[in-house]
Amino acid sequence: MELHNVWFVLIAVLWTGYFFLEGFDFGVGILTRLLARDRPERRVLINTIGPVWDGNEVWLLTAGGATFAAFPDWYATLFSGFYLPLLLILVCLIVRGVAFEYRAKRPEERWQRSWETAIFWTSLLPAFLWGVAFANIVHGVPIDRNFEYVGTVGDLLDPYALLGGAVTLTLFTFHGAVFTALKTVGDIRVRARRLALWAGLLTAVVALAFLLWTQADTGNGRSLVALVVAVAALLTALAANQAGREGWAFALSGVTVVAAVAMLFLALFPDVMPSSLNAQWSLTVTNASSSPYTLKIMTWCAGIATPLVLLYQGWTYWVFRKRIGTQHIAADAVH
Amino acid sequence: MDLALAPETLARWQFGITTVYHFLFVPLTISLAALTAGLQTAWVRTEKETYLRATKFWGKLFLINIAMGVVTGIVQEFQFGMNWSDYSRFVGDVFGAPLAFEALIAFFFESTFIGLWIFGWDKLPKKIHLACIWMVSLGTILSAYFILAANSWMQHPVGYRINGAKGRAELTDFLAVLTQNTALSQAFHTLTAAFLTGGAFMVGISAFHLARKRHIRVMKTSLRLGLVTVVVAGLLTAVSGDVLGKVMFKQQPMKMAAAEALWDGQDSAPFSIFAYGDVDKGHNSVAIEIPGLLSFLAADDFHAHVPGINDVNKAEQQKFGPGDYRPNIPVTFWGFRWMIGFGMASFAVGLAGLWLTRKKFMLPEHLRVGDDEVPHLVLLPSRALSPTLTAWFWRIAVWTLAFPLIANSWGWIFTETGRQPWVVYGVLQTRHAVSPGVSQAEVITSMTVFTLLYAVLAVVEVKLLVKYVKAGPPELTEADLHPPTKIGGDTRDADRPMAFSY
Repeated sequence: MELHNVWFVLIAVLWTGYFFLEGFDFGVGILTRLLARDRPERRVLINTIGPVWDGNEVWLLTAGGATFAAFPDWYATLFSGFYLPLLLILVCLIVRGVAFEYRAKRPEERWQRSWETAIFWTSLLPAFLWGVAFANIVHGVPIDRNFEYVGTVGDLLDPYALLGGAVTLTLFTFHGAVFTALKTVGDIRVRARRLALWAGLLTAVVALAFLLWTQADTGNGRSLVALVVAVAALLTALAANQAGREGWAFALSGVTVVAAVAMLFLALFPDVMPSSLNAQWSLTVTNASSSPYTLKIMTWCAGIATPLVLLYQGWTYWVFRKRIGTQHIAADAVH
Repeated sequence: MDLALAPETLARWQFGITTVYHFLFVPLTISLAALTAGLQTAWVRTEKETYLRATKFWGKLFLINIAMGVVTGIVQEFQFGMNWSDYSRFVGDVFGAPLAFEALIAFFFESTFIGLWIFGWDKLPKKIHLACIWMVSLGTILSAYFILAANSWMQHPVGYRINGAKGRAELTDFLAVLTQNTALSQAFHTLTAAFLTGGAFMVGISAFHLARKRHIRVMKTSLRLGLVTVVVAGLLTAVSGDVLGKVMFKQQPMKMAAAEALWDGQDSAPFSIFAYGDVDKGHNSVAIEIPGLLSFLAADDFHAHVPGINDVNKAEQQKFGPGDYRPNIPVTFWGFRWMIGFGMASFAVGLAGLWLTRKKFMLPEHLRVGDDEVPHLVLLPSRALSPTLTAWFWRIAVWTLAFPLIANSWGWIFTETGRQPWVVYGVLQTRHAVSPGVSQAEVITSMTVFTLLYAVLAVVEVKLLVKYVKAGPPELTEADLHPPTKIGGDTRDADRPMAFSY
């Protein structure tokens, strides 16, 4: 396989890793409103992702940095073109990170409530906006002969893109609910399973509509396979959830995320950002990529570092494998 | 909306604001990670409670700080694409690689092990928990190195060729990018300055408590660690600054000429302490100088020739075509001075503090104090400072925590402004680097949003720091003193509350 194709796959892997991991922590952030009934329960939720959310987010930074290095034109067109939505995402991620770290650092009711509100919104908005962004990437946006985005913000908000946003929003909420059921103990665990059912059914409806639309729009044989896997995994995840098999349910909701992202990238290839104005002006794996030398060095680095990252991040999840309930949260804890 | 501004002006302001702000947290993160790790190592080795309380205290301040460093760093990863898309297209092949390395190697390290450290007090055996903070520290240093290698390439591009057909720079020798003398000396200088910053932070806060005779044991330990760090790091910052300066004189003569407001080249060039001049006419009207010193700084020779601003400008015009190749001279000149002035001021305070609070065996009997007493400040061999002077010393020691932060900011403003009009020296001008498709209204929007958000967060962060500084080191709990022996925590009591929770 040629190196620019390898890097297309690796970029896809990084985004998949990001959506798999941050997907459930966005979901947990959303559940602080939908599921938690009081402050101790909100804290249980926040603490299920406390030790790991930061590491999860680095998948995004790595996807960004790797795109810069491997496909400079993709990086340049994407982030200058999707300027305002990206700004909104960045603001959310900034506030969200601070919210996790600072929320428990003062005892005042108002202080904690404000940061909790922030966690909800700054989880919800990016969960929606990433779907919008990826729908636009796959569908194609107005790009001129110089690879410059020439559309407006409004062009990014067509029905297809909004449907894409709805998919990531519901899917991440489902993924987060399943994760919560796996990581908590007590009443909240039971309710998380119940909520997962409804979130999963909703996801099934919007995801099926969106993925079929994508398949009809830009799909191919390979993307169809991914589509089938995504839908099958989602339905099986729902069944596992109903059967109380939480580990399986989470693994399968993870497969759903992976297959859905894979489908988008398979539908995209060999373009990386198609132009809706003229197919000649599309950014592709060949015309947007870096030189073979740079790609070779990057391949070595990724080849060695990525397995290590998976290893020690995986170890983190094992260290914090115990379920958390309200009894584990010290009442007066102010850190 | 189109303002009568050069397209790069707003983008530069935004980059300046977000980057200087980000870099308030970076040096503190780098140094406090290592210093906290050092204190925790002392606890693990000696089991003295003072060290554990110090670890918890400084660790808390470190965490409040790194949270800001992490979130403001996210913007850095993306704003090249947002505001500088032509830069990204032109240099991505070269510049992207160290950034990707930084994320893959350093960011994952930092963020994964910081989670383990924060939540790991009752989940990990003592030594593994200690290893986690050292991993964080390693991550911060690697991160600094990669990003400085990338920046050094902008200062002095090496290991690349221009691909005319693609209209971009392409990497030919990655090792050269990572190991060129600009990168090494810049990393040396930035890391030592980072430790000066963290040392001064410790000195300032310890002085605050010692002046009030509170938390004496922990603060005395911290004060000494801080003072030694300030003195050693301060000295190395000066040495590395000298090394970097010599590299800069060779690679960017314009920057250094501007730093000195040296308009016309001369032998035995003087170091200017103060200058006021006319940029349009190209000369100084007032200048206070130390003869020969600049020649020495540039080339280790008091008589060496140093080219001036006007000479370099002419040479660059001949090489690159007509244009003005001079940076903003007053900013470059004063930035250089504020950097050195504030940096060395904190070094001087550290040196004075180390002498004034010297160890028992260097003091006469009547000036020695016990473990729970604030040390006398002893200037002369056998006389302590008067109460007024003592109070003043503690006050200045508190202020010194701000000095390196100011010095760092001016250091970056100096080195980035001094490279203008180039974004990549001699290769790409800043005005050709902005995003052609992004409107000024969009840049203004994002600049306003970031500035307001950062301002609010600064208030929140400083208030939290003050709260935790004032609270002092925490009392230790039973759980603190009896860390688990198994990974994942002891299983004796499944319903025990977590040692740490958000």
